[in-house]
Amino acid sequence: MEHFTLLNPINPASTWQLLIEFWQFNDMNVLWVLIGSILLGISASVIGSFAFLRRRSLIGDALAHAALPGVMMAFILFQTRDPLVMFLGAVTSSFIGFFIIDWLPKNTKIKPDAALAITLSFFFALGLMLLSFIQGMEVENKSGLDKILFGQAAAMTQDDINLLMVVTSFILISVVLFFQKFRLIAFNASFARSLGIAVNRYELLLALLIVMSVVVGLQLVGVVLMAAVLLTPVATARLWSDQLKNILLLAGAVGALSAIISTQISYLAPAMPTGPWMVVSLSTLFFLSLLFAPKNGLIKRYLQQQQLRQKVAEENILRTLYKLWERTQFEQNDFSITDIQGLRAMHTLDLRKTLKLLCRKQMLKESAHGFRLTDMGLEQATQLTRRHRLWENYLNEHLELSPDQVHSQAERIEHILTLEQEKQLEEELKDSRQDPHGNLIPNAKKTKTPAHPSKQARSLSS
Amino acid sequence: MNDIWIIATASLVAISSALVGVFLILRRQALMGDAISHSVLLGIVLAYLITDSRSLTVMLIGAVFIGLLTAWLSDTLHKVGKLQSDASIGIVFTLFFAIGVILVSLYAGQVDLDQECVLYGEIAFVPFDTIIWGSTENGVDIGPRAFWAIGIVFLIVLTSIVVGFERLKTVTFHPSLALSLGINVVFWHYFLMTLVSMTTVASFDAVGAILVVALLVIPASSAYLVASSLKSMLWIAAAYGQASVLIGYAMAFWLDSSISASIAVMAGLLMLITIIVLEVQKKVFGKQVKAALKAS
Repeated sequence: MEHFTLLNPINPASTWQLLIEFWQFNDMNVLWVLIGSILLGISASVIGSFAFLRRRSLIGDALAHAALPGVMMAFILFQTRDPLVMFLGAVTSSFIGFFIIDWLPKNTKIKPDAALAITLSFFFALGLMLLSFIQGMEVENKSGLDKILFGQAAAMTQDDINLLMVVTSFILISVVLFFQKFRLIAFNASFARSLGIAVNRYELLLALLIVMSVVVGLQLVGVVLMAAVLLTPVATARLWSDQLKNILLLAGAVGALSAIISTQISYLAPAMPTGPWMVVSLSTLFFLSLLFAPKNGLIKRYLQQQQLRQKVAEENILRTLYKLWERTQFEQNDFSITDIQGLRAMHTLDLRKTLKLLCRKQMLKESAHGFRLTDMGLEQATQLTRRHRLWENYLNEHLELSPDQVHSQAERIEHILTLEQEKQLEEELKDSRQDPHGNLIPNAKKTKTPAHPSKQARSLSS
Repeated sequence: MNDIWIIATASLVAISSALVGVFLILRRQALMGDAISHSVLLGIVLAYLITDSRSLTVMLIGAVFIGLLTAWLSDTLHKVGKLQSDASIGIVFTLFFAIGVILVSLYAGQVDLDQECVLYGEIAFVPFDTIIWGSTENGVDIGPRAFWAIGIVFLIVLTSIVVGFERLKTVTFHPSLALSLGINVVFWHYFLMTLVSMTTVASFDAVGAILVVALLVIPASSAYLVASSLKSMLWIAAAYGQASVLIGYAMAFWLDSSISASIAVMAGLLMLITIIVLEVQKKVFGKQVKAALKAS
């Protein structure tokens, strides 16, 4: 078997040289392409965020495909590669696509997702048909038309870049000017309507901005992958923040970063299409964020889950010890692992680990038989038991659940009840001294809050 | 003879896609069809780079693997990443397709694939890539590779639908009933995704990655507009697919344009005609009702 070789074997030295050349901007054109693609990355990401919030994440995909026949038609009609003509042709056909996507589900049985797929594939086929038709025509400068399928930053001309700058600035300025209105419409269109905002007009403007950013990006990213530039940055940003303003800023930054990366690659390997690299760098950022984002990242969520599990395990043991202690009429406070396991089924290894942790937190102390509660542990155990039994009582009295139904629910809620909720429960259940099973509800110690403020805080927040 | 091979291949592509597409439309997974047809490219390129073979089995395995991975990953992102389901689909398939395109352009000329054929397919060249049965010198030419590929997939699709008809019907129309009857809904979901992947990969040579979406979605949607039962929808979708192939081929011949693109455009035009007829019917019927109301 013959081994595959790269078309242009990568030579680290010359790559480095090229990279330095790139950042020295000896070639002014490179600088312009870079600025243009950064602007595109920012504006597409920002406008894509609104599409995402309106739950139309893939609208960019359909609109980009729908632009193709417009470009081809403009070329057939005017036989020129003037960027403005192409742009207008693309915007027109993209807009027609937008209305079809809107019209089909409203007027026929066809569902929105099918309407999207139908429009996308039909317009794309139409575009390809026209392209193959053009390739059979006897006209000048028809080569390079197919570059808009996958995008090629290196092939951009000065005119392309000028147009790109004008359009992206227009998009960004519009977003800044109408930010409040767009935000309102994105989150609650009917509320916006009730405030007297002409929602339809702004939706049309938003659609126009989406169409424009898609169309102007075709040169750089290409028809097929434009969807990702609108969609992936906002999906990434959302993992980092819940505030719309921050999301927009972050999405713009992500878009800009991926634009820089892909433009560099396009410069290093001119035969490479830019679009796919932009998508790969965007997706890499997305998956990194998915794992590591400090708020909503998977790792953070996993750790939180583990913490909660640990906390529940510890508190369960404290409560078990309290019950054991209660059974000895509060006389003997010293229990072995077997005693604990008699009341709570728990794997010995897990139990030992948790007991050790509790000892370290000075809730427990090792003693003659095994372990005994310290004063601190006792307090916490009392409080947990108190909450557990108060809740049982509450369910029994106010929700009229029978005593055998209440335990499992109280078992879960005891870990998350707060001090205020405990007090509320207490007031609701003024005269109850016993839980539905006949056990005494231990009293809260009056002095404990001032005496151990730090511990209180920990038991509530951890 | 070449024309017949082309039309036969295209017909099989159109009919298999239409049959699978019916279930995609009914289960509201049209976008999943779009996604899988894109990511299949990566499967094909990887299969080729790893095994250096273009045999149908290898391609099918590669494509089905990536197709199922797309479906599973989109689903997982939707659940774990708390993303809208179409957003998660979009992120996954654009990534896979991008990697596919990058690999194609890195190894251009050696993969026997280029960016063009990813998009159009090369149905016009289908008749020249034939399978020789027996030894290389005095074997029998049994017809184009692409024809046999889609032929086998067509048989698989047809058999699956005939054999699993009742199950598929229940899963499609009453997922919760299917669940309560003990039908493994997840299995059938991924089974359908397997069929989609196989159809797209077998259609890849003929019509390319993106036009197959048109054949998956459009004839089935046209059929959805007029059909009244699952069985009739399957028949009508197949008929729409077949009609698009025949008229589309003629149109390509007339306009001297790409055959596969013309077929897809024709599918869209047939749908447009269907919608217009239905709208006119609706209007006329509405007027009749109004007139009848006035008369009474």
